[in-house]
Amino acid sequence: MSALLPQFVNLLGAVLLLLAFAMTSQRRMLALIHLFTMQGATLALATAVVGYVTRQHHLYLSAGLTVVLKVLLIPWLLHRVLDRLGIRRDVETLINIPTTMLIGIGVVIFAFNLSIPISHLSSALASGTLGIALACVLLSFLMMITRTKAVPQVIGFLAMENGLFFAATAATYGMPMVVELGIGLDVLVGVLILGVFMFQIREQFDSLDIHHLEQLKDD
Amino acid sequence: MSFSGVLSQLLEIVIAIALAPLLSGWVNQWRAWLQNRSAPGLLQPYRMLHKLFNKESMVADHASSLFRMAPYLKFGCMVLACSIIPTLSTDLPLAPAADTIALVGLFALARVFISLAAMDIGTAFGSMGARREMLVGFLAEPALLTVLFSASLISKSTSLTTIVETLAHRDFAIYPGMAFAAVAFLMVSLAENARVPIDNPATHLELTMLHEALLLEYSGRHLALLEWAASLKLFAYSCIGLALFFPWGIAEARAPAAMLLALPALLFKLGVGGFLVAVWETVNAKMRIFRVPEFLATAFLLAVLGMLVQLLLAR
Amino acid sequence: MTQEALALALLLACPLAGAAVLALCGHRERARDLNVTFSCGTFFAACALAMHVVRAGPVLLWDNAFYVDALNVFLLTLTALVGLTTAVFSRPYMRVESDHGKMTAPRLRLYHSMYQLFSFTMLLALSTNNMGIIWVAMEAATLTTVLLVSVYRTAASLEAAWKYFILCGVGIAQALFGTVLLYMAAEKVMPPGGGALLWSNLDAVKGQLDPDVITLAFAFLFIGYGTKVGLVPVHNWLPDAHAEGPTPVSAVLSGLLLNVALYAVLRCKVLTDGALHGNALSGRLMMGFGLLSVVAAVFFLIRQRDVKRMFAYSSIEHMGMMTFAFGMGGPIATYAGLLHMTVHSLIKSAIFFAVGHATQKAGTQLMDGIRGLLKISPTVAWGLMIGTLAILGMPPFGVFASEFLILTTAMRDHPWATPLLLIALAVAFASVFGRVQGMVFGETSVKPLAHRPALVPVFVHLTLGLMLGLYIPPYLDAWYRQAAAMIGN
Repeated sequence: MSALLPQFVNLLGAVLLLLAFAMTSQRRMLALIHLFTMQGATLALATAVVGYVTRQHHLYLSAGLTVVLKVLLIPWLLHRVLDRLGIRRDVETLINIPTTMLIGIGVVIFAFNLSIPISHLSSALASGTLGIALACVLLSFLMMITRTKAVPQVIGFLAMENGLFFAATAATYGMPMVVELGIGLDVLVGVLILGVFMFQIREQFDSLDIHHLEQLKDD
Repeated sequence: MSFSGVLSQLLEIVIAIALAPLLSGWVNQWRAWLQNRSAPGLLQPYRMLHKLFNKESMVADHASSLFRMAPYLKFGCMVLACSIIPTLSTDLPLAPAADTIALVGLFALARVFISLAAMDIGTAFGSMGARREMLVGFLAEPALLTVLFSASLISKSTSLTTIVETLAHRDFAIYPGMAFAAVAFLMVSLAENARVPIDNPATHLELTMLHEALLLEYSGRHLALLEWAASLKLFAYSCIGLALFFPWGIAEARAPAAMLLALPALLFKLGVGGFLVAVWETVNAKMRIFRVPEFLATAFLLAVLGMLVQLLLAR
Repeated sequence: MTQEALALALLLACPLAGAAVLALCGHRERARDLNVTFSCGTFFAACALAMHVVRAGPVLLWDNAFYVDALNVFLLTLTALVGLTTAVFSRPYMRVESDHGKMTAPRLRLYHSMYQLFSFTMLLALSTNNMGIIWVAMEAATLTTVLLVSVYRTAASLEAAWKYFILCGVGIAQALFGTVLLYMAAEKVMPPGGGALLWSNLDAVKGQLDPDVITLAFAFLFIGYGTKVGLVPVHNWLPDAHAEGPTPVSAVLSGLLLNVALYAVLRCKVLTDGALHGNALSGRLMMGFGLLSVVAAVFFLIRQRDVKRMFAYSSIEHMGMMTFAFGMGGPIATYAGLLHMTVHSLIKSAIFFAVGHATQKAGTQLMDGIRGLLKISPTVAWGLMIGTLAILGMPPFGVFASEFLILTTAMRDHPWATPLLLIALAVAFASVFGRVQGMVFGETSVKPLAHRPALVPVFVHLTLGLMLGLYIPPYLDAWYRQAAAMIGN
């Protein structure tokens, strides 16, 4: 049993990566939020499992925080924003999806390659997870670059945070509690501010298309 | 070559040929039920085959011998494929003849001939179907190969029997890379067997049909063979999936008695799998043909991702 | 509670209490004065702390949660000083903005409250001993300034704030990954107990940290905090945020936030240099991006028509110069970098003060629309002119001294870089001076304002900048030397 749990953490890491990939290639806004919720749940589960295996009880708290923030509160907020702004259309991308995915594969290879020389130093529990976490972060980054609408950009930003939390949990058994609380607070406040911004952008431009935000140029 | 090996090999081939239409019938029945229609009987595919074999086989005037040959070739390929996939036992004398790469090659061979035959007559539908079939094939084959390679990375062998032996009889372990491979494999098999998001097996009416367009010019025993071959292909893909991702229950080489248990296990797994396919086809709609390359590209990339994860975590 | 603990508590409590109080009554007439009062309290607390640290050396406070040494106490004092003068400047500025209807009561409340909260986050980032908390504070500083930049709610300011948030959010996420890696490396060599992110502990064991991990960690931390420094490939947020926010915010962004981000980079560099045992990777990285920023910023600067954008690019140029100096390392270059940090803060914020008054008088930020300031308000005009000359590196001012030191060190150690730097400085001089000349002299196009501009901050800053060019007081000198000895290897 004890040998299976670290493998289970690896599996959850792979699922996180799968979800990050799915988000990069997802066209529908609502599905994007669902994927994000699933990613949050997977992250919470992974955190709890790592906490159980290593007997680091503060990880349970961290997992609870993840559930409250990323599975319940933030998706609810995002749903509300979509409802209030009446967004139901597909997401538009700058680069077509297959190309994005090809770039994504490149990103994953890059991340794995980068992490191989240092993976021996991460916790014995899950030596490959650092590469997976880095790949998740970079994939979310890619998603932020390729999307033209405000909501997917925000989701990409949050997914990036998920990847970082996974890195912190799996590679180091979690950051000190005070740091984690601070990060959680920052994320929450950030989402609230972005939510307010979306309404204001909508008010100003009558659309949530980031293309409108290209007035400021150097000339 | 032991006696039990020959026995299990023969048994496998017989079961594949006999059970394949049943699997199609099972899926169709469940799909009808789930869609609130009255279902054809479970044995409907057999009746269909019987009817077709008793009919005259009409062939177009300017059809070449390729056209007549293709159904036999395809049927033969599928039977051979089924005979090297371990369904009941891993003790298969034919298995060393072809590893997973050759298996994919067999499917490709069948595809090439049936596409040529469809173009042979020169009708618009046939050519269109052939073109689409080749499009699907050229995108699906690399994905399938990559999925099989992920599994080969675990067992360090491309032989299917070795893979199954490694996966089924080693200590239970979670391979995260296989999770990606499983999703990719599912997508590939749906495309290859002309199931729902790619093609609708229940209709001849759409301009977007894929598989049925290839068979339009066939009749009588030729059509029966091709339908049978399609069932065999579904059976073969189901068995590859089961062998890679749920290999438990398949008998080992030195335990012929375990085959008694293997048969019910196989039937149970196929039954559940068929039911799930029916559910999938009920809740999903066919996608636009222009989306198909994207769908298969996703499958391929997932398979590559699975292989990468496998490599990373195996270190 | 000891004296220094009291000073630090006051230093952090003042802006925090200010944020709370001003969140309630930030729209009243008195709020402007309250804002100054709280900043004043912060400044005195910073002075008290500085005097203690200069006399008695580094202190660790409250369970090692805070660490104040020569490097950060000087930045703390500078931050508190510029925070105070900017608060003074913002009194008349915000009054004019309210008269023009650009600042309504809720916006004023938001502005004042966030101004204090922003000071708090910077002071927290500077004084904390925990590398994780530095990250948290930097992110919080981003959030508060995003609100400050978007305070006018115009299309342009929303765009600037959105860009700022997304770009810095992404950048700073990379820094968090770097922090995780740092923690991972530190945990291997430190006994368990949660102290592995404390800088004082890390500094003690830096020689044992795994070089591979630290190299990667530094790369991520440098990208992350470098985004906030405004280094060139990731600088896009900076000119927008400077140009579209209120001018006091531009002043603190340029004068303080960039410094704090550079401070975070410096802390990471010390650890990296220690772990890599003389391998100058971090230095090379900093030199490369610093030089790139200097050269690229100058060529963007030529094309600007908006005065605040132009000076924003000038900030990028100077941050690049400092990064280059710290990258070269060694006592002289590091000393010069620290000096440059100080004078740039002082003079750039003075320029923004003057520019703020000038744009209010002209009613536009476009340089073509601001003409002949000298005829209407000679003090603002001279403030702008002198500030510009100072920032461009004219001799009696501190910028000249620090740039001279940087250039001579570069000439000695990296002669290939010197011509690039010289050309950049010359181009910047020609274009900025030409523009500002047009704004100050000539036929006038500006109107006088109803309220007297706050010119004390401008001239206090310029005087300090002038003083640092002519004479560095011995205690300040000792201070710089201590800090330089710590970061320059």
